[in-house]
Amino acid sequence: MKQILSKITFWKATAGLIFTAGLYATYVRFVDGLGASTNLSDDFPWGLWVGFDVITGVGLAAGGFTLAAMVHVFNLKRFEPVVRPAILTAFLGYTLVILGLMYDLGRPLQIWHAIIMWNPRSVMFEVAWCVMLYTTVLALEFSPVVLEKFKLTKTIKFIKRITIPLVIVGVLLSTLHQSSLGSVYLIAPDKLYGLWYSPYLPFFFYISAIAVGCAMVIVESFLSARAFHRGLEMDILADIARVGVVMLGVYLSFKTVDLIERKALGLLFLPRYETYLYWLEMVVGVFGPMILLAQRKFRENHNGLFAGALMIVVGFIINRMNTSITGFEGWAGKGYFPSWMELAVTLSIVVFGFVAFALAVKYLPIFTHAEHEELSPPADEWAKDLQTVSQLR
Amino acid sequence: MIAKKAMLIDITLCVGCNACQVACKEENGLSDKEEQILSPTAYTVLHEFNGTYVRRMCQHCVDPTCVSVCPVGAFTKTAAGPVLYDENKCIGCRYCMQACPFQVPRYEWDNNYPRVQKCKFCASRLEKGLQPACAEACPTGATKFGDRDDLIREAHERIKAEPEKYVNKVYGLEEVGGTSILYISSVPFEELGFKTNLSKIPLPALTWNALSKIPTVVAVGGVFLYGVWWITNRRTEVQQLEAKLREMDDRSNGHETSNS
Ligand code: SF4
Ligand code: SF4
Ligand code: SF4
Repeated sequence: MKQILSKITFWKATAGLIFTAGLYATYVRFVDGLGASTNLSDDFPWGLWVGFDVITGVGLAAGGFTLAAMVHVFNLKRFEPVVRPAILTAFLGYTLVILGLMYDLGRPLQIWHAIIMWNPRSVMFEVAWCVMLYTTVLALEFSPVVLEKFKLTKTIKFIKRITIPLVIVGVLLSTLHQSSLGSVYLIAPDKLYGLWYSPYLPFFFYISAIAVGCAMVIVESFLSARAFHRGLEMDILADIARVGVVMLGVYLSFKTVDLIERKALGLLFLPRYETYLYWLEMVVGVFGPMILLAQRKFRENHNGLFAGALMIVVGFIINRMNTSITGFEGWAGKGYFPSWMELAVTLSIVVFGFVAFALAVKYLPIFTHAEHEELSPPADEWAKDLQTVSQLR
Repeated sequence: MIAKKAMLIDITLCVGCNACQVACKEENGLSDKEEQILSPTAYTVLHEFNGTYVRRMCQHCVDPTCVSVCPVGAFTKTAAGPVLYDENKCIGCRYCMQACPFQVPRYEWDNNYPRVQKCKFCASRLEKGLQPACAEACPTGATKFGDRDDLIREAHERIKAEPEKYVNKVYGLEEVGGTSILYISSVPFEELGFKTNLSKIPLPALTWNALSKIPTVVAVGGVFLYGVWWITNRRTEVQQLEAKLREMDDRSNGHETSNS
């Protein structure tokens, strides 16, 4: 008991410390400006807040559209139990991305300009619109959970009715902006280092987002299972891991084709800082988890599955940080490392996300899907139908 | 149509007097301290390479990257050539800075509601039929203002007249699709800090390549997803089949009862 108590206090203290630092950094950011709070400069206009809070954050939230597509479009109803947590993560993720953006934008009060001042030639414009619309879609997709709590059956019925169009729109919007985050960098062929610049960037960003979306679903199921002493849907998660592995395979093969096409294979062996970080990202995020999760004995084992999924997530983060930061250091002729205030804000946002997720799981029916059958019948009714039909035959 | 304006900078004529920067700062009401690096208060600077001076400033690209990337259209390319920035639109995402191939736009990092700053090609002076302050101030003619077509011709003529003096290249003629600031030099450009391997096509073409596929992705993707849903979602089909079978059963049952 004492042990548990000290553990809780430890985490609370850490979170408290991070929030205090984050609060102070927030003050400096908005009162004294970006110069006083960050290590950004004219040579390095994008740092941690763009690289992690926005570019990486959107990717990590990709589980929402991936799972929604699998269950509602591809009709893999088996995965239904993990849709809700995935949608929740996505919704929280996008909210936090927008929060992070408010720190990073120099003129945050004018963020709404993107709604009325159009520039369809800008990738950023498209991303802004997709993120805006998709966050709305996610809110709608998530709303039944909240409505259930308040027993607003009528509204729920309506939302259930538009589920399919909503999911399809969500998948399309996600496809667009997940890939467009890669297109953002297409404009910088001379600046971004050759290991990361590629005409296929949009495709790489898209595929890796699906892979990490799967991995995130697994990781968060594990974490919440531990925190709330729930059982785990091992068979479902192992299958989601398989989807992730296939995506990594597609990613790897296209990455290879791309390097060959651009005659850039030599870059893989140059004794440079970029080379090492590239290998780190590939070993941790692609080779490692592929080897691990391709084997049934690891995939269907608690620790093996968790380790594999976590590796995909970490590798993904390294990849996005490399693309947005490491890849520009050579061109800028100088390094960039975030200031402690940048780190404090980012960490605060992450911790905030964890807390919000935990609260939602505690107070809303997130992992208790089976108890709400009357509202989302498909899986079992389908089975019943089959039975009846075969009986009738 | 308004003739496209430009400036020809003949590096061989520049004596490094900094008169351009002084005139620019005065014209734009910026702090008058001398600066060597482009900044929010220095729209033009001189870079020295072994006694050779190179003026750096916004190149006022023909198809400017900054204009294409800005999500809210804060940058515009005017008909006469100047590329201008509107702080009232800007949301401060700094994509323009990240994307500009010449690393020109500068940020007011110390301001808590910062603006992007760069050379304005003295657009308001051009409108009045005047030449840019820096060109007017240049004592040697190293910076010459004029119509872009004329200046390109003149640049080639100068190179042809003294081929042993100049390297045979007009920088800015085709870099990223061409710029309004043109350079000629006696020292190879790569030794003067110029990016000499920039692509010949305007960079906005690269992102447009991806953006223009959006309608296709939406159309094909939409049909594909809907189709998959339609095919995989056999539940309704089965229900119908079930209903039909029941109906048939009922009917045959009814038949039997009526028979007996
Ligand atoms: S040099 Fe840079 S800032 Fe100037 S017009 Fe070209 S892209 Fe825009
Ligand atoms: S910083 Fe301002 S001007 Fe530059 S791209 Fe962003 S919104 Fe446009
Ligand atoms: S054109 Fe005008 S704004 Fe630009 S450098 Fe010359 S004086 Fe300054």
